[in-house]
Amino acid sequence: MNPIYAARRGRDIVVRALCFAAAAFGVTWLALILFTLFYNGLAGMSWQLFTQNTPPPGASEGGLVNAIVGSVIMTVIGVGVGAPIGLFAGTYLAEYGRHDRLSPVIRFINDILLSAPSIIIGLFIYGAVVVPMRGFSALAGSLALAVIVIPVVVRTTEDMLMLVPNSLREAASALGLPRSLVIKRIAYRAARAGLITGVLLATARVAGETAPLLFTALSNQFFSVDLTNTIANLPVTINNFVQSPYVYWKQLAWSGALLITLAVLALNIGARLIGSERTAK
Amino acid sequence: MSAAEERHGAPPFFKGSCEKVFLRRFAGHMRDRKQGIGVAEIAVHGSAMEQAGSHDRTRALNAFRLGDKAFYWTTRICAILVLLLLGGIIVSLIVGAWPAIVQFGSAFLTTQRWAPSAEPPVLGALSPLYGTILTSVIAMAIAIPVGIGIAVFLTELCPLWARRPIGMAIELLAGIPSIIYGMWGFFILGPFLANTVQPFFIDLFAGVPVLGSIFGGPPSYLSLFNASLILAIMVLPFITAISRDVFATVPPVLKEAAYGVGCTTWEVVRHVVLPYTRVGVIGGVMLALGRALGETMAVTFIIGNSFRISPSIFAPGTTISAAIASEFAESDGLHQSSLMLLGLLLFVLTFFVLAAARLMLLRLEKKAGKQA
Repeated sequence: MNPIYAARRGRDIVVRALCFAAAAFGVTWLALILFTLFYNGLAGMSWQLFTQNTPPPGASEGGLVNAIVGSVIMTVIGVGVGAPIGLFAGTYLAEYGRHDRLSPVIRFINDILLSAPSIIIGLFIYGAVVVPMRGFSALAGSLALAVIVIPVVVRTTEDMLMLVPNSLREAASALGLPRSLVIKRIAYRAARAGLITGVLLATARVAGETAPLLFTALSNQFFSVDLTNTIANLPVTINNFVQSPYVYWKQLAWSGALLITLAVLALNIGARLIGSERTAK
Repeated sequence: MSAAEERHGAPPFFKGSCEKVFLRRFAGHMRDRKQGIGVAEIAVHGSAMEQAGSHDRTRALNAFRLGDKAFYWTTRICAILVLLLLGGIIVSLIVGAWPAIVQFGSAFLTTQRWAPSAEPPVLGALSPLYGTILTSVIAMAIAIPVGIGIAVFLTELCPLWARRPIGMAIELLAGIPSIIYGMWGFFILGPFLANTVQPFFIDLFAGVPVLGSIFGGPPSYLSLFNASLILAIMVLPFITAISRDVFATVPPVLKEAAYGVGCTTWEVVRHVVLPYTRVGVIGGVMLALGRALGETMAVTFIIGNSFRISPSIFAPGTTISAAIASEFAESDGLHQSSLMLLGLLLFVLTFFVLAAARLMLLRLEKKAGKQA
């Protein structure tokens, strides 16, 4: 065989093998993380988890119900506040501001916010909400989550509305439908699956957020639904329990981690299914 | 009516007396085309119309105009709110950091000592800055080749049936919350590295002048190296996802031509795909770097929170985000202000990295737009 040809083939085989190894490497981590998570998390799964509050230090029974409720409350408020704002802002970018000089700036800033470190959002809310309110609160935590939701929803909303064919809008306008109704009744309906996907992805993103809650919502050992007080929540509870010396707390941390991961993966997969349903049509 | 609306031409309002008949006919037409949206019914039975009574045209039109204006301004205000968010973040960080800026000035950047309870407190950002940049650089050194390798595997080598599941798996990696990575690194990866990988490198480079001290010291559960590895695993999916997307923009004709003249897969990737997608791949890498710089929870657990700069990467260290996460809630006064200043530094750092990434990706989008 020609030596040059052999060398080229050899190099090609080496690179192919390396790419294969890289893929195996990536998938292995996912498998390892999920395996240990299920292995350790399932060991602590019981009804107690959903019926009892987080235990005091050293106790050997207790659950996570206050943390689960707190997380759900803050996620719902965060998405409830952030999603409409993101939806409207995305609508402006896609529908009204296509040739606006403001839009590229907003789009650019939004993309920066989309990847800004979440701990910075925590600092922002600390300065803007916690200090004026003189105390950590569930409300501050929810607002921090809302700030993270907004750029995600803006981005997906704009992208999805851009996919709606203009002929639909033109047809509606030609009928004399006012602009706002063209958007609300035509564009939103045509892009509905995509818009829902965006909100679900945003929810998945904030469901496991920890850093911005560390000094906005803090945590609480007791059951509380008071929005002006600190509130227990899964991520911060896990954060506190992992670094504790108590075996039972660590066990609860694993179980909580499994719950969060399952919720986030379910939201992600749900979002993908809704998204692909639309493209399949 | 606003200027923007005028430029795009606000939709004309109803004119003529037979619009209802026309609308009904159009509704039938739309149904025939299975658009399933029923534009015309909405227009006819629209709430504004009904409220005003269909005979009272002026009132109906006014209601429409009012609704139009209200909706336009709602969306516009929300869009401007996004700008205000960024402004608010910058202002609140500067306000919070001001006492520390006044107190320490530029010495903040060059001081290694972090002694919040000393009298007077001495606080410097050198150690967290060092840790942030070092962990990100090591993480990128691992994640870039692996991430691009996976992207090449997915676009060029992988059998079709396995593409979707493997792509899905990699994307799910990106969805796992960072605290999960953190606790996994703390409980599983840290002990594993300290017992196997670290002793191996320490023995390997013992006695070698520079490498000996970089890979020196006792193995540790909590170290810069462990944090870097977790970061690498976290940013891997970002790099892979973006690389795969930009690889898909290479026109098949180019690749087929290269294969046609006898290029191997590696040669096609090296001389056709990578040059074509270079800007996009770099953009993706910068985006991942932005993530790595600001990542908090995955790092906080396993970096050890030590403010001493050690030559060894197996020694504990700290990053800006880890320092803020572990100290902020219990801090006050100048200590808290210094943590705010750290946050401001981190924000400026990531802002420039992310801005560069976005500009690069934007340039690529424009290029793709021109060709299309």
